[in-house]
Amino acid sequence: MIGLTHYLAVAAILFTIGVLGIFLNRKNIILMLMAIELILLAVNINLVAFSAYLGDLTGQVFAMFVLTVAAAEAAIGLAILVIFFRRRGSIAVDDVNRMRG
Amino acid sequence: MITILAFYLFATLTVTSALLVIFARNPVHSVLWLIVAFFNAAGLMLILGAEFIAMLLVIVYVGAVAVLFLFIVMMLDVDFAALRSGFTKNLPFGLLLALVLLAEMIIAVAAWKAGPVTAGVAPTSAHVQPNIVALGELLYTRFLMPFELAGLILLVAMIGAIVLTHRSRGDSRGQNIARQIDRVPGEAVKNMQPAMGEGMKL
Repeated sequence: MIGLTHYLAVAAILFTIGVLGIFLNRKNIILMLMAIELILLAVNINLVAFSAYLGDLTGQVFAMFVLTVAAAEAAIGLAILVIFFRRRGSIAVDDVNRMRG
Repeated sequence: MITILAFYLFATLTVTSALLVIFARNPVHSVLWLIVAFFNAAGLMLILGAEFIAMLLVIVYVGAVAVLFLFIVMMLDVDFAALRSGFTKNLPFGLLLALVLLAEMIIAVAAWKAGPVTAGVAPTSAHVQPNIVALGELLYTRFLMPFELAGLILLVAMIGAIVLTHRSRGDSRGQNIARQIDRVPGEAVKNMQPAMGEGMKL
């Protein structure tokens, strides 16, 4: 029988893949954003799995909020990416030193 | 039995496509694998009984976010091969980090299973009302405020994205309302009587 642990394991693996993606593709900011989407997907799977396990729908409501924030984050991140590309002609993270941060 | 089969199918495909997202050479392929991952995650949620979230995942992620990514990847003329240059250098340490993280999470789950923490009860499959109805009742009563705030976040994101990416092109001619209103018939219309065989000079 499929239990909560199975779902948590899938979410953990997905989360780890997301973190690995951020770590490996440190120059490609588009792939970093995609890895963040994977991480948020893992969070959503966790929330929904716990919601089903505990019989409490609050988890699913919060999964919807996570979904909202993920969509907003993707839109804003890609908009920033587009204007950065217009100015510099590159999206390499190493080139992002305008603010000398 | 079919549930177990479906779970392992969806879980394997989700993890595999997630791996292919971060390891694919072509970013367009990455986005397409991301779509596969979202679809299979929606399947995972479907067999949990969370139909609404599953459908939302397909609509929002596949329909909006992944297409947005696809647009950006195809629109920007970027040398993606050069962006992968640090990939192999980061690989050993990154894998180590990932393994540590995964081990931590698995140990956490195992400890949670074995420990004395009794968080709730086992799933009871007696769903009185459909998932969407229950979710809607919760969303519009107890979570009305966060729900409205989520809408506000989306509005801010939309306006922010438009403001950030909008640029006024120099060659576009906008509407000059004051000039339009100031026009009088005398200067707008001319009555001419051109001679035979000659053209009009404007």
